[in-house]
Amino acid sequence: MTLIVVSLVIFIAVNALPGDFAQAVLGQGATDEAVAAIRKDLGLDQPYFYRYFTWLGGMLTGDLGVSFAQMNFASNMGGTQLKGVLEQIAPRFMNTMFLAGVTAAIAVPFAVILGVLAALYRNSVFDRATNITTLTSISSPEFFLAYILILFLAVLNPVFPSLSNIFEGMGFGERLEKTMLPALTLTLVVTAHMMRMTRAAIINLLASPYIEMARLKGISPMRVIVVHALPNALAPIINVIALNLAYLITGVVVVEVVFVYPGIGQLFVDSVKIRDIPVVQACCLIFAAAYILLNLTADVLSILSNPRLRHPK
Amino acid sequence: MTWWLWIILGAVVIGAAAWAFRMAGQQATGNKPFFRDMPFGVAFGYVLAAVLLVFFVWFYFQPAELNGAPRASVMFFRWAMNFFLISAAAALAFKFLGSFVGTEGSRKLFRSMPLTASFGLLVILIYTVLAIFAGIIAPHGQEEIFAQANVVPGGNPAMGGNPDFPLGTDQIGRDIYSRLIYGAQNTVGIAFATTCLAFFLGGSLGFLAATLGGWLDQILSRLVDVLMAIPALIFALLLMTIASVWAPTLGIPLTVFMVLIIAVIDSTRVFRLARAVAMNIVVMDYIEAAKLRGEGLSYLIFREILPNATAPLLAEFGLRFCFVFLTIASLSFLGVGIQPPLADWGTMVRDLAQFINFAAFAPLVATAPLLAAGAIALLTVAVNFVVDWMLHKSSGLKE
Amino acid sequence: MSDSDVLVEIKDLWIEGRSDETWNPIINGASMTLKRGEVLGLIGESGAGKSTLGLAAMGFTRDGVRISSGDVKFDGIDLVNASAAVKRELLGKRIAYVAQSAAASFNPAHKLIDQHTEAPVQHGVSSRSDSQADGIELYDRLRLPNPDEIGFRYPHQVSGGQLQRAMTAMAMACRPDLIIFDEPTTALDVTTQIEVLASIRDIVEQFDTAAIYITHDLAVVAQMADRIKVLLKGDEVEESDTRSMLLNPQEEYTKSLWAVRSFQRDQKPVAATDATPVISVKNVTAAYGKVPVLYDVSFDIHAGRTVAVVGESGSGKSTTARCITGLLPPLKGHIEFNGETLPLDYRKRNKMQLRQAQMIYQMADTALNPRKKIGEIIGRPVEFYMGLTGAKKRERVRALLDEIELEPDQFIDRLPSELSGGQKQRVGIARALAAEPQFIICDEVTSALDQLVAEGILKLLAKLQDELDLAYMFITHDLATVKSIADEVVVMKDGRVVEAGPKEEMFQPPHHAYTDLLLSSVPEMDPDWLTNLLSERGVENIGDAAVDKM
Repeated sequence: MTLIVVSLVIFIAVNALPGDFAQAVLGQGATDEAVAAIRKDLGLDQPYFYRYFTWLGGMLTGDLGVSFAQMNFASNMGGTQLKGVLEQIAPRFMNTMFLAGVTAAIAVPFAVILGVLAALYRNSVFDRATNITTLTSISSPEFFLAYILILFLAVLNPVFPSLSNIFEGMGFGERLEKTMLPALTLTLVVTAHMMRMTRAAIINLLASPYIEMARLKGISPMRVIVVHALPNALAPIINVIALNLAYLITGVVVVEVVFVYPGIGQLFVDSVKIRDIPVVQACCLIFAAAYILLNLTADVLSILSNPRLRHPK
Repeated sequence: MTWWLWIILGAVVIGAAAWAFRMAGQQATGNKPFFRDMPFGVAFGYVLAAVLLVFFVWFYFQPAELNGAPRASVMFFRWAMNFFLISAAAALAFKFLGSFVGTEGSRKLFRSMPLTASFGLLVILIYTVLAIFAGIIAPHGQEEIFAQANVVPGGNPAMGGNPDFPLGTDQIGRDIYSRLIYGAQNTVGIAFATTCLAFFLGGSLGFLAATLGGWLDQILSRLVDVLMAIPALIFALLLMTIASVWAPTLGIPLTVFMVLIIAVIDSTRVFRLARAVAMNIVVMDYIEAAKLRGEGLSYLIFREILPNATAPLLAEFGLRFCFVFLTIASLSFLGVGIQPPLADWGTMVRDLAQFINFAAFAPLVATAPLLAAGAIALLTVAVNFVVDWMLHKSSGLKE
Repeated sequence: MSDSDVLVEIKDLWIEGRSDETWNPIINGASMTLKRGEVLGLIGESGAGKSTLGLAAMGFTRDGVRISSGDVKFDGIDLVNASAAVKRELLGKRIAYVAQSAAASFNPAHKLIDQHTEAPVQHGVSSRSDSQADGIELYDRLRLPNPDEIGFRYPHQVSGGQLQRAMTAMAMACRPDLIIFDEPTTALDVTTQIEVLASIRDIVEQFDTAAIYITHDLAVVAQMADRIKVLLKGDEVEESDTRSMLLNPQEEYTKSLWAVRSFQRDQKPVAATDATPVISVKNVTAAYGKVPVLYDVSFDIHAGRTVAVVGESGSGKSTTARCITGLLPPLKGHIEFNGETLPLDYRKRNKMQLRQAQMIYQMADTALNPRKKIGEIIGRPVEFYMGLTGAKKRERVRALLDEIELEPDQFIDRLPSELSGGQKQRVGIARALAAEPQFIICDEVTSALDQLVAEGILKLLAKLQDELDLAYMFITHDLATVKSIADEVVVMKDGRVVEAGPKEEMFQPPHHAYTDLLLSSVPEMDPDWLTNLLSERGVENIGDAAVDKM
């Protein structure tokens, strides 16, 4: 539902552009017939209302239209084979998912463990040190962290390559190695967020009277955490994870650019620079969809893990 | 593949040391609760921290050159450590100064302040001075192009530097030092203006929605929900694309569009917070009392609600500023933000980025892009430190 | 006394709590001994350190609290210096705890019976199935409805009074030597409270368990304890056995506590029935959204008289007040003020109409804007309604402060956070008075206050009524307050008026069955009261009442 409204917002935003797409595509020197032909081709002569629904319909069936750059290329070279936006995005989308997956695999367990530890030993030296470190890494721009990592892990001690030029048919190990630096950069940012939120959630929980009650029943600290705190902490922690994976989506753009990682974020930025509207539109919708989906997952999961809602009166 | 063996071995050694440490502690203190009830994990942590500390100190005092070649890792590590120590000392001095100068209230504030917060305040102060007096402090103009391009930072002619350009010049011969200072004015100034605008928009609408409720609240909240469903940076990039088409036809600089776009996107977050804060206040009995007295809307908002919302709003202002600042820096870094020839940190990082690859043999050259990126990070870190302290203070002893 | 008789021995115990980086004393040198099978009542006002002392008897301190010196011995074991493992062995098995809020103290993620069996199983006292069977038996003894099934519910599926009993059962699971009851009935309504009190007392007697019973309510402690210890701001005031303490308190402070309950103002003559009432509630029916809360409520309030509206939580008392003030426009019926019908919505009332009806709130903390000085809070209605400004306004504010017995020079420039609870409530009264109203709604104005302070507020309200001929609508659940201040009483239950009439009639039988239940459930200072009441009602009756509540 939200997604439909969002698609409408994106569509309106894009169509608020002055002038003519067709003109923009062909450049100043195009003949009137050519412009008209393109207009017809793109359906620009149709009313907005109609265009929105064709676009939306196309989205749903996987037809994302044709990129302007491709079209321009094709018309100049006189070629006939147009590569659709979908074909352009699909492999890059897989790459981005791979990067996000690697990041999540490192960040989630790391952040949750650190968060729980910081909450357990709150106000200790360990807690304060992690607090300062995470605050610093949250506040730093992604590209700063990226360059620091490049400096230490690629240039000074060549552990990982600084350019992530992955391509199809690459072995998993090699692909993982090349993805490592961008994934680590994202991990730094996401872990910090996740850890802080986990810590806050756990501290909140440990202050509740039923935890005090469990301690007053003479139950071992380990059991208090595992049996009494964890089932109730699940909802907030799942929520935190889903929210941060959603955050990953934004972070991915800058990081992909820094490491020249051929993902959807980089395609997006490139298209923004050359004003390739169909690609921008499609990427935007994909990002928004992923974002909304993750937020939705967070809501659903936290409802599912809440005992009050699982066992109604 | 022996490195993981080393890690396991190290863990075992540290574990044994931790066990010994706890035992020794118990013996030495006559079984004081501190050692007696210490879990093994905590002892492990203590020993691990001690090992790391020793390693850091050892590494710090390694020679910076080996057989005539510079050891870049040592140099970078030493710079980082020196920076860390100097800022800690500066923060301490600033706190010390604050505890003896000023009114009774401000002195008390300084005395109870953690070091991170005083560091944050100091940095914010320095940035503010730089931003306001950039024209006076900077030795050269931000757009001034000199004959010597690519001068090495450090100002040492033997290394390819030039004392006129202490931090060197960029590819087309502009003084990096001056551009860094002007960057404070441009980047920080624009970010500040944007945040103010976002607050004005989001704050006033949020308060109105909370106080009036009903359909206005419904409409605004749904609208904000939709706008917030698109990730901020993505949405900003999309709108910037569109704006870049609009801007030349209207003859308005792209930067103005950027300010407006980011302000609108950010105001949705401000709206949420302002509405939530005001909602918590609106349910208070004193608001009910004022309503029953027959007070008007403006009295309710400005006299009853606003004074109670300043603390969370101020903290949010800090966080929002960081966010806006980072968004602008990211946009500039991606090439669609603040436009040249204005000096801007994000753009500078992008332009100077390739120098990083020289770090191994020419550490000084590689510092240039890091300085610009570091300038961004330093300010946001500083603001976050201060905000963190404020939030901690206002939440009282809840934690 | 022989040593083996002594279960808990506390000697010169000092406890500190941390606030703003400094350690402040909470308990100053408390000592006590508790014999096996004995029940000690700890009483005191809020901030007296009752809970801290109770927890210290278990060798437990909350975060940010520490024992600075002194001894706590449980059955000869030194709890102050015991290791965590030794304490864990005792807690739950030999010492158990019953918390104030059962709803918050049960883990929402587990079934009641699983939480019940946890301590016995973990301490190796009995097997899971044995302790489960035992739990069901305890539920039965505590007169919980459906003892076979109730344990298999989750905490949020069970009512507050039942949870409190389930928690007592849980404390009993290992048959401990000592149970600490920390205000177990404070959050409950009077009629529920009595069931819980009776079950707690029975079970403690049956198993001959020693207990420390912490409460602020004298009448409750009189029913439960063998001995009473009075605390004031961390200091011990006096200690003796219950009967002699009640009959013959030694210390000034204890005497004053006892005296609070005896405050009673003179009964005023019955109002002339033909006079126009100040406020007249006519057949009001109201609902929150689609949920109906009030049904056909009517009553009158005459000038210079106090009408107490009594009922348990959820009976519609406060909703009636919201209808009168116009915050919740009723669906049917209307409100008359001096014979003139008021607009239903407060936004449609004029300044004059708004001025005449003022309100004083239960929580003075949320009723006063924390960012405004006292002078501004009281000054605003003076300026808003009376149009006074500058020196005249200040003069009037000072007069009002005098009226509520607060020194003007001292208080006019202070913020609410610098005032005590009672002083804040007085400021709330002054704000209402500043409008010079004829009618004031007092919504549970004393229930958040300690007894001594509450008495002061009641006296002040009575004085103001005599001086200014005010009409009060006094909303309360506390019948002692009703006895002391009301002229007329309206009893409400489930959104309906059950009974209404002059006070002396209401407190004389015969009355409506619900009024009867309500009146008889208010604990009295007589230590035999509960016993007598139970035999009067018959035990079965209480069980029925519990089923009724479901």
